[in-house]
Amino acid sequence: MAGITISGVVRQFGATPVLRGVSLTVEPGEFVALVGPSGCGKTTLMRIIAGIETADAGEIVIGDRPVTRLRPAERDIAMVFQSYALYPHLTVRENIAVPLAMRRLSAPERMPLLGRLLPGARAKRAAIDEEVVRAAAPLGLEALLDRRPGQLSGGQRQRVALARAVVRRPAAFLMDEPLSNLDAALRVQTRREIVDIHRAAGVATLYVTHDQAEALTMADKVAVMMGGELLQVASPEAIYADPADLRVAGFIGSPRINTLAAEADAAGRVTVAGLPAGLRTEARGALTLALRPEALRPAPAGLPAVPEHLEFLGDGLLLHARHAPDGTPLIARLAPEAREGLQPGAALKLGFAPGRALLFGADGRRVASRADAALVPA
Amino acid sequence: MRARIAVLALLGVLVLMPYLWMVAASVKPVSEIFRASLSIWPEQFAAAENYGKVLARVPVLHYLWNGVVVCGGILLFQLLFAVPAGYALAKLRFPGRGIAFGAVMLGLLVPPHVPALPLYVAASGMGLLDSYTALIAPFTISAFAIFLFRQFFSALPDDLLHAARLDGMGEWSIVWRVVLPNAWPAATAFAIFSVVSHWNDLFWPLIVVQGHEHATPALGVLYFRSEEAGDDFGAMMAAAVLMTLPLVLAFLLAQRRFVEGIATTGLKG
Amino acid sequence: MRRLAGEAVAGALMTLPAGIAYLLLLLLPTLATVLLAFTDYELGATALGWIGLDNFREMLADRGFGVSVRNTLVYVGLVTPISILGGLGLALLVEAGAKGRAFFRAVFFLPVVSLTVAMAAAWQYLLHPTIGPVNAALRAMGLGTPFWLSSSDTVLLSLAAIGVWESIGFNMVLFMAGLTAIPRELYAAAEVDGARGGFDRFRLVTWPLLGPTTLFVLTISMIRSLRVFDTVAVLTQGGPNKASEVLLFTMYQQGFTYLRLGYSAAITLVFLAVVLALMWVQTQVLDKRVHYA
Repeated sequence: MAGITISGVVRQFGATPVLRGVSLTVEPGEFVALVGPSGCGKTTLMRIIAGIETADAGEIVIGDRPVTRLRPAERDIAMVFQSYALYPHLTVRENIAVPLAMRRLSAPERMPLLGRLLPGARAKRAAIDEEVVRAAAPLGLEALLDRRPGQLSGGQRQRVALARAVVRRPAAFLMDEPLSNLDAALRVQTRREIVDIHRAAGVATLYVTHDQAEALTMADKVAVMMGGELLQVASPEAIYADPADLRVAGFIGSPRINTLAAEADAAGRVTVAGLPAGLRTEARGALTLALRPEALRPAPAGLPAVPEHLEFLGDGLLLHARHAPDGTPLIARLAPEAREGLQPGAALKLGFAPGRALLFGADGRRVASRADAALVPA
Repeated sequence: MRARIAVLALLGVLVLMPYLWMVAASVKPVSEIFRASLSIWPEQFAAAENYGKVLARVPVLHYLWNGVVVCGGILLFQLLFAVPAGYALAKLRFPGRGIAFGAVMLGLLVPPHVPALPLYVAASGMGLLDSYTALIAPFTISAFAIFLFRQFFSALPDDLLHAARLDGMGEWSIVWRVVLPNAWPAATAFAIFSVVSHWNDLFWPLIVVQGHEHATPALGVLYFRSEEAGDDFGAMMAAAVLMTLPLVLAFLLAQRRFVEGIATTGLKG
Repeated sequence: MRRLAGEAVAGALMTLPAGIAYLLLLLLPTLATVLLAFTDYELGATALGWIGLDNFREMLADRGFGVSVRNTLVYVGLVTPISILGGLGLALLVEAGAKGRAFFRAVFFLPVVSLTVAMAAAWQYLLHPTIGPVNAALRAMGLGTPFWLSSSDTVLLSLAAIGVWESIGFNMVLFMAGLTAIPRELYAAAEVDGARGGFDRFRLVTWPLLGPTTLFVLTISMIRSLRVFDTVAVLTQGGPNKASEVLLFTMYQQGFTYLRLGYSAAITLVFLAVVLALMWVQTQVLDKRVHYA
């Protein structure tokens, strides 16, 4: 059992910092999703862990071995690439066998034709072939073993890439947006398979994605990265319900979280546009109040809002409205029955439970809040 | 990595050797050349003498001008024939299109040396030998150019053409106003390929040209060598430098385009 | 319907000029060459006789033609492999680092854009038995000084060396284009999969993915070297004693020096047949082995 430990990784491209001192631990057997918008440095971090790129500073430990100065081949990892990176001239069987062949066969033994005549090569090849079949079977690739990647569909290629990664039983899996080239239906199905592979192998896995749905559904732990920094590392539930940073709250969740300018007076009472919000905090001054769309509902008391339009989602409704005092857009996710009584243009109040309100300071960091006993909106 | 530069530098010097000695000899006096010393740098400069001799004895500028006329003429007609044909083969449906495309593919297989004999007989019969027409005409039709443009135009989105038709353009104005402006990358690549091969061609000019009047640069070098230079290697090298210079200069000025042009036409041919 | 008719007319009109030029300047002359090959036509003759396969029989009996074919094969056999391996080596070396890439690419490509005839003259000086720098250098090293272009032992070798010098940069550029088309991620995958050095990477990724390029370069190199003419015409005129007689030069001499157009056309057909055979081998036999779709 081994995990991945990254500490203080720094990387610059010219004068542009791409990674500003990133530290992250993937425990043995854990599945960590590294999520962030494109260009945040997550792929660079993964390539540094794999050894394909080098860091300017920082250490990487895989298992108990410091690997910072080792070649990718010596790091005991397997990687699934965004483009799958299958060798087009090799059959599926040969593609999956490459990581084993490169390690177990000597250079002369790998020679075409001639290599097979060397003593011992036959037995080694037979053993490799057996393991290839064992890796391919759970992915449903047995029937395709003698095809070339060019003859496979995108989903099939993706499975070959996965088989090539699992065949060697490495100390860690690295996956770089492995689903981004698949269509939506296949993506959802393959998520499940990757999680199963991870469970079966029980190997520390770092999974890079820009898709928050993938991160939340698949991972034991989600690491949110932006601008070359890790903003928060926590369970999917905590990342969603308890974000540590306004940027995390904004990035995770769809539709996007509602944010409103707020203020805490000298007593710590929070007001939004001069109206009390029913919250108390230790912080003072300008704040941001963030509310998930499902935390809002029409109520006798709450944020004054003007509805603009309704979106029907089948299992629910999205109410698009504007905060009456300053015109900030608000989105509320409502039950389908809530349609009755909603009219575009007819002002209403959107209330929320104080426990679901998230407060952030001027620096974007989360500040604690509790319900104001003096005033609780319905 | 320093080893890479060292090896490249060594090989580079090896490849440049003929140029270095050619230029060196072109500024050395005959006596020094005949001493066969290993020093590239001349002890005495005879540049004026050597280059003067060349310029006085053969019409160098006239050869170069002939080269420009012939290459320019060939290229102009090649484009004139190939651009509309390439467009029609790529994007228009008309009877005979399959046959026309088959003919193009067939034409790709035939090296220009094959039709040379009958073309010579025809030119001779029409009294066209030793003329620009004889130099230009056989190359005006290039199956390769048609093929290249067809491939290139096939990649143009159909919607672009549909939009142009909806805007009221006819097929001809589409060619000139939509297709041609988009054809520049292919046209430049082909132009470089065409000019390089015809500027350097010796086979056909040797067959149809008899005097200085219509001699191309390649023939010019040949004439100077056999008629004037004899063993005067200084003057010979001066002539070689003068004739090589224009295209080499063009290459050095637009290196990237040359290399890309040759690579793309090369890979598609 | 109107648009379709208009399209058909426009399409036909656009191909018409090219079609006429193709017919007059390419198709008919090529067919005429084929016909000429079976006649005894000589330039200026008023009549021509149909002689069937006599030209080809003469060819088989003609020692000069046999030598010409042999020389051409030797030349192709020397220039093709050396300029391909050399071009590949140069491409790998130039692409291996960013430093000096454009500079060295230009240096090695220079011979491709240099006037062949002029450079042949430069080579003649370089290889001159007495005053040439090559022999001067050999003399300085105490080695023998061959008569390069004027000895039948070395003339073909010298011409091949010039041929390699001319085409190595061309092949290099084609290989460089092939190299840039290889996805970077494959090299990363090879590293992760356990490729330990440059040779492993070359065997696992570079060489197989260059397959189509290599096949193409092989065909085009063979055809280009099969067409060797300029250097022979300028430097040796097929001599000494036919030691550098090559196919196209023989064809040129028969046709335009001896004015035996029928015989020359027959030689042209042999040349064409070889070119077509090479292309056929490329498309039919080898294409299947290097394209992996």
